[in-house]
Amino acid sequence: MSQIHVTTKINGDETEFLCEPEDTLLDVLRDRLGLTGTKEGCGTGDCGACSVAVDGRLVCSCLMLGAEAEGREVATIEGMAKGDQLHPLQRKFIEMAALQCGICTPGILVAAQSLLERNPDPSEEEVRYWLAGNLCRCTGYDKIIRAVMETAADMRRAS
Amino acid sequence: MALDDTKKTRDFKVVGTRPDRPDGIDKVTGRARFGADMVLPGMLTGRILRSPHAHARIKRIDTSKAEALSGVKAVVTRADFGEVPADVADVMDNCMAGDKALYDGHAVAAVAASSPAVARKALKLIEVEYEVLPHVTDVDAATRPDAPVLHEGRQQETVPKGMSANVIARSEFGHGDIETGLKQADRVVARTYRTAATHQGYIEPHACLATMGPDGKADLWVCTQGHYMVRNTCAAILGMEQGQLRVTASEIGGGFGGKTVVFLEPVALMLAKKSGRPVKMVMSRSEVLRATGPTSSTSIDVRIGMTKEGRITAGFAELRYQGGAYPGSPVDMGAMSGFAPYDLENVKTVGWDVVTNRPKAAAYRAPGAPMAAFAIESAIDEAARGFGLDPLEVRLMNGADEGTKASYGPTYPAIGLKATLEAAKTHPHWSAPLGENQGRGVACGFWFNFGGDTCVSLNITPDGTVTVSEGNPDIGGSRASMTMMAAEELGIPYDQVRTIIADTGSLGQNEVTDGSRVTFAVGLATIKAAQAAKAEMCRRAAMVWGIDEDAVEWADGAARPAGPNAGKFPPMTLKEIAAIASNTGGPIAGHHEVNAEGAGVSFATHMVDVELDPDTGSTKILRYTVFQDAGKAVHPSYVEGQFQGGAVQGIGWALNEEYIYGEDGILQNAGFLDYRIPVASDLPMIDTVILEIPNPGHPYGVRGVGETSIVPPLAAIANAVSAAAGVRMTQLPMSPPRVLAALQAQADG
Repeated sequence: MSQIHVTTKINGDETEFLCEPEDTLLDVLRDRLGLTGTKEGCGTGDCGACSVAVDGRLVCSCLMLGAEAEGREVATIEGMAKGDQLHPLQRKFIEMAALQCGICTPGILVAAQSLLERNPDPSEEEVRYWLAGNLCRCTGYDKIIRAVMETAADMRRAS
Repeated sequence: MALDDTKKTRDFKVVGTRPDRPDGIDKVTGRARFGADMVLPGMLTGRILRSPHAHARIKRIDTSKAEALSGVKAVVTRADFGEVPADVADVMDNCMAGDKALYDGHAVAAVAASSPAVARKALKLIEVEYEVLPHVTDVDAATRPDAPVLHEGRQQETVPKGMSANVIARSEFGHGDIETGLKQADRVVARTYRTAATHQGYIEPHACLATMGPDGKADLWVCTQGHYMVRNTCAAILGMEQGQLRVTASEIGGGFGGKTVVFLEPVALMLAKKSGRPVKMVMSRSEVLRATGPTSSTSIDVRIGMTKEGRITAGFAELRYQGGAYPGSPVDMGAMSGFAPYDLENVKTVGWDVVTNRPKAAAYRAPGAPMAAFAIESAIDEAARGFGLDPLEVRLMNGADEGTKASYGPTYPAIGLKATLEAAKTHPHWSAPLGENQGRGVACGFWFNFGGDTCVSLNITPDGTVTVSEGNPDIGGSRASMTMMAAEELGIPYDQVRTIIADTGSLGQNEVTDGSRVTFAVGLATIKAAQAAKAEMCRRAAMVWGIDEDAVEWADGAARPAGPNAGKFPPMTLKEIAAIASNTGGPIAGHHEVNAEGAGVSFATHMVDVELDPDTGSTKILRYTVFQDAGKAVHPSYVEGQFQGGAVQGIGWALNEEYIYGEDGILQNAGFLDYRIPVASDLPMIDTVILEIPNPGHPYGVRGVGETSIVPPLAAIANAVSAAAGVRMTQLPMSPPRVLAALQAQADG
């Protein structure tokens, strides 16, 4: 079977790749483009570790084909910091110990960023429901929820 | 030089603060490399063929068609491994089935191929002829004399004749006389409790990358809780010398005990050996659930005798744990730990280790203890409530203290159980009002805490910064703790120290990251390594000053003359000593190797409020508070994180999580959609109270904190649900259908 040629934009960079028709976007990111910050926890869209934004919409990259990235803009964890400037969410997660093992962290950061872009002042309940698709087995979510809410407050103050 | 190991009142400068963890930026930017993130040139994809049957004799495996497929570079079955040493025979058998497949998902063959697609196709070309056998997955059914038998000839002499061969071992702990104690009671609670098997549920599936040359030298990159264990086990299985296999631990995406054993690693090495190419293997989530972990399902009988004042006169428990397809369930630790929080005259526990057609149980956070605590803490609660007594007061009245002879044998030194109970009693949570359909529960929990073989090497660089090499994967912030303890001991800033996890070629033997041992044991070795380096730096300063080395002491990051008689010299800082090291004898380092003892037992009390929905039977956790003794909290944020994470795993175990097997013995919920772990919207904030009763066995008083937090929640939540429902819940998980049935049964009278 012949491979598919795809032209897309990843973290702002024009990117071309060849992929098999059955390759997921997650496979392409990790195995063809070396962007291993996006994680596979289940491969069935249940854990959120592979969260990326496609044209600004939060998706599980394991549920989307690589070929479907044609003409889209994909944002992954690798594009979240600007050079050596961490995103406020990234800084806050470190400061508030909102990670333990760190495997779910990229997906949770991408999902939380997507929330704050839509809702700069979420309630605790809104944060909990927005992140309900991102499993974390280490933290019990407490410090994650607090870090997202504090980041939102900081960003509101700064804007 | 004088070093005071026992000083309890020292003013910590770094320990007890909350610095950023050293691996933080790697983990928030995606730069951290986990098991599946490594690649090598020429790498092949390894995949495993798994049994579709719960119990079957493997009559024939034909791999010829798979081997003939273009792109397939190696096929491995059990025959490739030959005879292995007896102490790794079960591990081998679990990694690759021998004569029989013993559970749904048991590995029977493996391939290495040029791409995932070719590997998948190759698996379909492997022909396995099975003779399907009767199976058993329930712990009580497996003990019956007519149950299908997994193994003949494995039963130990402790088991009375006439029981099923699936009953492998019997253990007994305790002291006093139960019948005498029960006669002194005003009330006896006797019940049977059951818990379902649950999985550790780490988000990172098992992954490794193996290479092996024709000279037999091999390298392995792997996500594991213990790369030294991986080295030793794989070397034994493959007939290698340990020194020829270098294992490097990746970042680890959760383990909770489930990554303290090998599954893929020997197979990956064998595929690498046969193919001559690097082989990467990564499990799918369904493979993780079908073939790794989980913990035991259990069936536990308890009898508690209590006077009307609340004194426990006798405590008895008989525990049956199935450990999956091989001997070694954690029943002994359940039997030892269940009554450990109490000072009892008459106490006895009997444990039965049972095999079933399920995946071999792996350790899960305080292995064996949560189920025993669920049963025993539920019975104590029922007895106390039966007399209208305060469940915290009853626990305080019977609570263990310094000098108590524990139910499992030893006599306790200073412990923190009563401190957690007193803190719970005075916390505002305890007196907060409850509404309709709401209930509050409390329970206590205990964990032993481990020490074990540990090596740390600490090096002073020429510019006076410090590197620490340790051999235990950092599963939840332990690099921060080691860095803090090294900085504390040396009297230098936190950011002057960097800690790495060294590969198996760089240090001596290190026990796996288990038993809540790392902050205690590796911390102890780090402090001792720093002390060795300090002693050497004092010696170098003494040499420069021309005074006796005993006349030099170390304080605030510098060598100083010890007292007025030593002579008048300005302090010589670590940086200054490092800069001239080459001229005073060469590089400076400290190291420490120890089989660490004195881990210091750990206790917690949990308090939880729940609300039941009488229409659906669903349970909402409204409020949760953890009270636990940390000895000394090195990095309080990560101590709180351990308390919160354990509590929430316990919430999942109590309310949702369950291995569900069909009549056919096939696991029906091998995915995160149906095996439902708690999500953010299920939960409230998890409040924590850190108690600090110093552990006399550690220079800073540290106790492990990782595991105790999962011991009380099952019982605390069951006690809360039972209070809200007005009916005693004795089976986990307390899923909505089960709670609804209990409510309806009660309404029907």
